Amino acid sequence: MSLIWRKEGSDVPTMNIHGKFRALGKAFVWLGVMLAVVFTPTVASARPLQARTLAIAAQAADSAVYVPARPVAGKGQPTPGGWTFQNQYSPTGEEALRMHNALLLPIITVITLFVLFLLLVVMARFNRRANPVPSKTSHNTALEVAWTLIPVLVLVVIAVPSIRLLAHQYKPAPKDALTVKITGYQWYWGYTYPDNGGFEVISNILSSDEALKRGEQPQLGADNRMVVPAGEDIRIQTTGADVIHSFSVPSLWFKLDAIPGRINEKVLHINTPGVYYGQCSELCGVRHGYMPIVVEAVPRAKFNAWIKAQGGTIGAPATASASTAGAPAQPRV
Amino acid sequence: MATIPADHETFGVHDEGAHEHKPGFFARWFMSTNHKDIGTLYLIFAIFAGVVGGAVSGLMRAELMHPGIQYLGVVARILGEKDASFDQQLHLWNVLITAHGLIMVFFMVMPAIIGGFGNWFVPIMIGAPDMAFPRMNNVSFWLTFTGFCSLMMSAFVPGGMGNGAGTGWTVYAPLSTTGSPGPAVDFAIFALHLSGAGSILGAINFITTIFNMRAPGMTLHKMPLFVWSVLVTAFLLLLSLPVLAAAITMLLTDRNFGTTFFDPAGGGDPVLYQHLFWFFGHPEVYIMILPGFGIISQIISTFSKKPVFGYLGMAYAMVAIGVVGFIVWAHHMYTTGLDVDTKMYFTAATMVIAVPTGIKIFSWIATMWGGSIEFKSPMVWAMGFIFLFTLGGVTGVVLSNGGIDDNLQDTYYVVAHFHYVLSLGAVTALFAGFFYWFPKMSGRWHSEFLAHVQFWVFFVGVNMIFFPMHFLGMQGMPRRYPDYAPAFEHWNSVATVGYMIMSVSVVIFFVNIAYALMFGRRAEGNYWGEGATTLEWTLSSPPPFHQFETLPVIDTAAVH
Repeated sequence: MSLIWRKEGSDVPTMNIHGKFRALGKAFVWLGVMLAVVFTPTVASARPLQARTLAIAAQAADSAVYVPARPVAGKGQPTPGGWTFQNQYSPTGEEALRMHNALLLPIITVITLFVLFLLLVVMARFNRRANPVPSKTSHNTALEVAWTLIPVLVLVVIAVPSIRLLAHQYKPAPKDALTVKITGYQWYWGYTYPDNGGFEVISNILSSDEALKRGEQPQLGADNRMVVPAGEDIRIQTTGADVIHSFSVPSLWFKLDAIPGRINEKVLHINTPGVYYGQCSELCGVRHGYMPIVVEAVPRAKFNAWIKAQGGTIGAPATASASTAGAPAQPRV
Repeated sequence: MATIPADHETFGVHDEGAHEHKPGFFARWFMSTNHKDIGTLYLIFAIFAGVVGGAVSGLMRAELMHPGIQYLGVVARILGEKDASFDQQLHLWNVLITAHGLIMVFFMVMPAIIGGFGNWFVPIMIGAPDMAFPRMNNVSFWLTFTGFCSLMMSAFVPGGMGNGAGTGWTVYAPLSTTGSPGPAVDFAIFALHLSGAGSILGAINFITTIFNMRAPGMTLHKMPLFVWSVLVTAFLLLLSLPVLAAAITMLLTDRNFGTTFFDPAGGGDPVLYQHLFWFFGHPEVYIMILPGFGIISQIISTFSKKPVFGYLGMAYAMVAIGVVGFIVWAHHMYTTGLDVDTKMYFTAATMVIAVPTGIKIFSWIATMWGGSIEFKSPMVWAMGFIFLFTLGGVTGVVLSNGGIDDNLQDTYYVVAHFHYVLSLGAVTALFAGFFYWFPKMSGRWHSEFLAHVQFWVFFVGVNMIFFPMHFLGMQGMPRRYPDYAPAFEHWNSVATVGYMIMSVSVVIFFVNIAYALMFGRRAEGNYWGEGATTLEWTLSSPPPFHQFETLPVIDTAAVH
């Protein structure tokens, strides 16, 4: 089924529109890179940290040691002045973005411009001076049928890929997929790895200064990240510890509410290693705006090294020896 | 459209002398049973509430102009919390967004468009002397007013980290139950009870009036479209508000009496609250916009000097919107973990609403087509409405796709969408209706020049506020945030500048009202001329205290 849509997506006219938006996106990536270069002095103090991480990297026998990666401008985070969707790094995200850019956006733009055009025509042709005597026409069955049926057809054209996208988003994870259980707390996130010993990583917001030091945008940086392997399906489960929160990562087209008393499940597949930022997306009290989400996707070997560094286990079934990495702390702002 | 056979001297004006006895000031305005006086009260109240809600949004836009927290501490001090802690300031933010939503929905748009224009013109347009239950009409208004007082009081009592209810206008459990100790949320819930009861009584009144008090010859299919729109709206109110009342009563008992309707620890479910809330909440957005559709239809027809194109299609499109509006509620809950089939159903059902809405847009344009349009201020506002509502409607088509909404849910894209259909849609319709009927209601002319200037300033301002919010939402900025990453600063600053421009248009509006009341020249009965064919134009401006003591007879031979 998905192949049909991919073929449609590769049609010449739609690709042109799509291409334009890709170009726009690239322009903003470049803008981000240039801004990053301009503002380097503000992150110059991060150098000792870099040196330290380099030293740690050198100590390792192979490169499979987890070191928190520095984010890349324009990847996994908003761009200054950006006015399109963030680039997508998951298969369903790519599909959804393609559907929006190649189908929805052109359709709604054409409809809005068409209505604007009709309004301008009406203003020009049927004002009191141009048309002093009004017509008495108040019915035209053919016209009325047309403006009922044509929108129906347009909606059917939208509905087909839309339903297909939903089906893809709801494809269950394979049985052996890694499970990460995400708990929303007032006001921080907990990432539990039940397949790896059941330890929980507590993730709090970084102060603005600390975030800038690590090359992250203020409000988006967190002290501990949710580390997951890239290139494989991950079973994400969300729940809320106190009130409803929502786990959201725009660049992965992923949003799932974390509701007390419920476990929501959805597949997450991140194509490439990188750092992907999100923020809580359901009003959860005073520090709703201060519980960022940072997902870091790493190659499998590095992920295993990270699990070991956290005191977790690999391959063995979940044990009762659940440890906690990073004590639950009140968020600092 | 009803066409009026007799000249306007037939009704009202002749018997004016005999029946113009008005009660004294207190009895007239505080114990009113006159639909026009109650309508005026509603309009004054709505304008006042609109200023309060608009000022709150001004504080929000000021805070959001740049990253960081700048003004919340100052606002807290003004509200009596000296040296507010960081958490108290953030709580104040949540109180502001909650107050803005509740005030604008329940105490500005609904009182103005249903209570104000509905009360004023539904009885007149169907040729009735008053509403069916005049005393109940008065009760409706004062319940709404008391509800507003209860909401205001909630801002000065504890609601968790600080004073006031910080739950958002949706009052989701468990944030509104275990998450908000203190009486503030109870006051806010009580405000919804009171204004909801007022609206239910109002709905009963409108339905009874429209079904039973139409003048001879005024069949349902001859009623002006504004009356149709209020009829459909009244049914939506009558069927949806009891569900809200039930949901928030369960919140109250969860909060105060140990029940666990929405608490999983006792077998309840937070998502149940969302189902109940949005079963009311989605019809609610049509409650706010349908009377606007009616107003726009009257105005477009009047100034094109043509009957409305496809009258029956227009009337039944509103009925269809009302019916379908009841079966799409879960599109507000796409990320709550709905089943895939449920999500597919709500995606498809939501898209269906675009069809009757499209019928309305195209019928308005077809009404203008072939017309002889006069660009008086109500017409300019109405044409602005068509464009802005279309823009807000098409982003609704984007959001209707459950798979697309996964990214946009709870972002500024949603904020942009519903402000385009409500703030720019319903409010533009309100201003259009205001300038259409103000001389009729007051008997004095506003300045057409100022009304035009206000439109253009408003149009530029609101587009500057809300269009960039699409960009912010697509970039991923979540709603209800007092602070944001620096990447979002650019478009937030643009939006705040837009707010400043928009606020100038509000000043122009008040100058215009003051001018009209002090210096406005007297308006005649039918000041819009040949295009204005509904019954209110057969009366003097303002209409006599009691109109249609002799019922008008509608020409049954008139065709659409």
